Amino acid sequence: MTFSPALEERFAKLLTSYPAGRTRSAVVPMLLYAQDELGWVSRELIEEVARRTGVTAVQVDEVIGYYSMLRRHPIGKHLVQVCTNICCMVVGGQDLFEHASKTLGVGHKGTTTDGLFTLEEVECMGACSWAPAIQVGYDFHHQVTPERFDRLIEGLRNAEAETRKV
Amino acid sequence: MADLVTFTIDGRQVQAAPRTLLITAAKQAGIEIPAFCYYDGFSLQAACRMCLVEIEKTPKLQVACTTPVTEGMVVRTDSPQVAAARKGMLELLLTNHPLDCPVCDKGGECELQDMVFRYGAGESRFVETKQHVDERQWSPVVFYDKPRCILCYRCVRVCDEGLGVGALGVGDRGSASEIIPNRGDHLECDECGACIDICPVGALTSGTYRYQTRPWEMDHVGTICTFCSNGCKTTLGVRNGEITRANNRDKSGVNGEFLCVKGRYGFDFNHHPERLTAPLVRVNGKLAPASWAQALATVGKKFAEVKQRGGKFGVIGSNHTTNEENYYLQNFARQALGTSNIDHRRTGDVATLIDALHGHAGALATTADLYTTPAALIIGSDLSQQHPFLAWQLRANFRHHQAKVFAITSGPIREDRYAAKTMRAAEGEELTAVESFREHLAQQKSLVILFGDSIKGDAVRKLVAFGDSLGIPVSYVPLVDYSNSRGASDMGVLPDLLPGYHGVREAGLEPGLAYDAILSATDLDALYVVQENPFAKTPLASTGAFVVVQDLFLTETAERADVVLPAASAYEKAGTVTNVCGEVQKLKAGAKTMGAKTDLEIMGLISKEMGVSIGIWKHDTVFAEVRKSVPGYNVALPVVETGGAAPTFPVNGRVPLEDRPDLISSDRNTLFLSGTLGRYSKMLTSVLEYPGKLYGQPVETELEMKEAQNT
Repeated sequence: MTFSPALEERFAKLLTSYPAGRTRSAVVPMLLYAQDELGWVSRELIEEVARRTGVTAVQVDEVIGYYSMLRRHPIGKHLVQVCTNICCMVVGGQDLFEHASKTLGVGHKGTTTDGLFTLEEVECMGACSWAPAIQVGYDFHHQVTPERFDRLIEGLRNAEAETRKV
Repeated sequence: MADLVTFTIDGRQVQAAPRTLLITAAKQAGIEIPAFCYYDGFSLQAACRMCLVEIEKTPKLQVACTTPVTEGMVVRTDSPQVAAARKGMLELLLTNHPLDCPVCDKGGECELQDMVFRYGAGESRFVETKQHVDERQWSPVVFYDKPRCILCYRCVRVCDEGLGVGALGVGDRGSASEIIPNRGDHLECDECGACIDICPVGALTSGTYRYQTRPWEMDHVGTICTFCSNGCKTTLGVRNGEITRANNRDKSGVNGEFLCVKGRYGFDFNHHPERLTAPLVRVNGKLAPASWAQALATVGKKFAEVKQRGGKFGVIGSNHTTNEENYYLQNFARQALGTSNIDHRRTGDVATLIDALHGHAGALATTADLYTTPAALIIGSDLSQQHPFLAWQLRANFRHHQAKVFAITSGPIREDRYAAKTMRAAEGEELTAVESFREHLAQQKSLVILFGDSIKGDAVRKLVAFGDSLGIPVSYVPLVDYSNSRGASDMGVLPDLLPGYHGVREAGLEPGLAYDAILSATDLDALYVVQENPFAKTPLASTGAFVVVQDLFLTETAERADVVLPAASAYEKAGTVTNVCGEVQKLKAGAKTMGAKTDLEIMGLISKEMGVSIGIWKHDTVFAEVRKSVPGYNVALPVVETGGAAPTFPVNGRVPLEDRPDLISSDRNTLFLSGTLGRYSKMLTSVLEYPGKLYGQPVETELEMKEAQNT
């Protein structure tokens, strides 16, 4: 399995970042970086990471089962995560999630038919001071109201339409 | 040795070595601390929390399985607080555990069941519905029932650390956690079943045993596995004369609890529908069932007639029959038949090694030595495939004592992963390659060399010379294939050697025909084959010879026979066998097959029919004779009688053998093959891995080879 040159370079660096004989430490970062590039963790990727880090595939499987941020299935282009934990909830997090669900037309872990968005209800993302918070990909959005949420989605949809036109 | 640590446990002052874990120290003091996840010999897990104990000056209960004893420590394992904690732990373990003990295979020998009985946690405060997940089949051998699993990780550790396979893991987390197999929905592994055996509950169950019987309904018969040469003790669970399972939970025998797929599941050949249950005699060109009296009379008459007219006999012995039978067979050949044309299929060069080792004391390693030796060198064997128990010993030795393992093989082997040094060398070139290890080997305190069939004849002498030149104590294991290959050699089932490696000339005899010459001779009058299948590979050149075959099945050889006598298997008789390391162990009859007789009895009856007496055909009488007359076999009777393994020390002198390296060839069995016998085990042939791979290469089965010949 081959990756982009940038990712290959990252992998090469990772394998030398740990004490000798501890290449298994690279399993989690490798999976995360590869997931960013591929969108999900495929069987092929599991075998590849196992091979490169010198562990068995089942040990990589264990890691994926443990960390919820590693996904075994492809998702939409943008992962929209809405926090409904206590701090966000008391200032409308739950309503925001329901609103998001309505706007996108999908429920928890659902992907829109155009393949653009996947919605997820998540636990605390450490942005309690700016609740309610959501995360789109790696970007945080603070004090999100239903209106701001819609504008954000609209913006992403338009941006996508632009790129398709080109 | 460092000073002992003194500590107090349940009001008693006891001592233990420093750094001993509390759970072990307590055990030494005769106090049991219950645990599910802790398992002697494997890495620590501290997952089940059953071993909580009270330690003075420590505010909370501590786990005894990871706490080392310290000077002045005051421990209580019997306080009400500890009992309450254990009861609480059990209640949690039972959250989703179904109460299906009455149908569970483990019921009656379940560690969880025992604990619940002891701490009375049978009632639960949980009112929620138990999570249910359907049982899954991972291989013909392994089934997994998730709700029963208590996630002790024993199976994961035994597979990874013990077997070096690592086919199991733990997937998901929290209450969804479960054991996962390495291929998503199924297993691809050694199929050894160690995970099932080590499971403290009934979460992992065995394909052959499940729902067959209950533990208390069986007789538990400890005998020696009849497949490979490692001589593992396998405890047969026998009900109504039929073997329903094999394991070694009592850790008796040289192998402790280790068994491979053959030892644990291969026993089903014993009640294969094609087992011969009546003698067959050729009438008008066709084999037809006959009575024992008829068949024996036919054989006796013919043998006596051939002997009287000075005809030519050939005798082929077995790699599976007992020492007594082998001893008796060579007596039968040399005395009753008056022939020296006796041989067996040689799978390793034991005789040359013993000759080469003249003047060396203690140069034969035992299976226990493999666990303690500081260094080992493997030459020309895919040890994990061909000698799984020896590989297990070395792996445990590396794990516990950091043993240095070296290997020279023609392809990749499992030992590569932890070996100090490994090297690829084509067969026959190993001895050149070994020179490059010289420096490293000479630095070791002592060394055990295990060598396969590529080292034979002169190469064995060169290897011993190499060992001598290292300047350190070196001992050897000549790897042979089958359960009593070593015994066949020791008992003189050879054309040029008598029992105990005495030359036949000492007895005023001339060496007879060897294995290949017996088969290729065109003037043989009678051939007597005991539990061996030579015609699978080589047809008999003497087309007119009268052939008598004793076997379990109608093999290619038996099909050609004039008289076929149904023989009892190793699981149906008493006697002793000698394993690859020369350790003598006792068989114990477990099962019965109606109509079959032991080879010893058949030989005795044939000689009686012939009107010659070669002694009583009772195994203990013959064994007494073996102990008296075979050098090295004067083993301690109490050891053998109580199911132990007695090491044998062969003659320490020259062996007047005829060098025939061309006759020595291993069958290259993998974990899932065992010559002809393995073909009759449904379990072995049904696993996905059958026939398996040696050195990473697929292996041809005996059957495939034959088919290829026919086309």
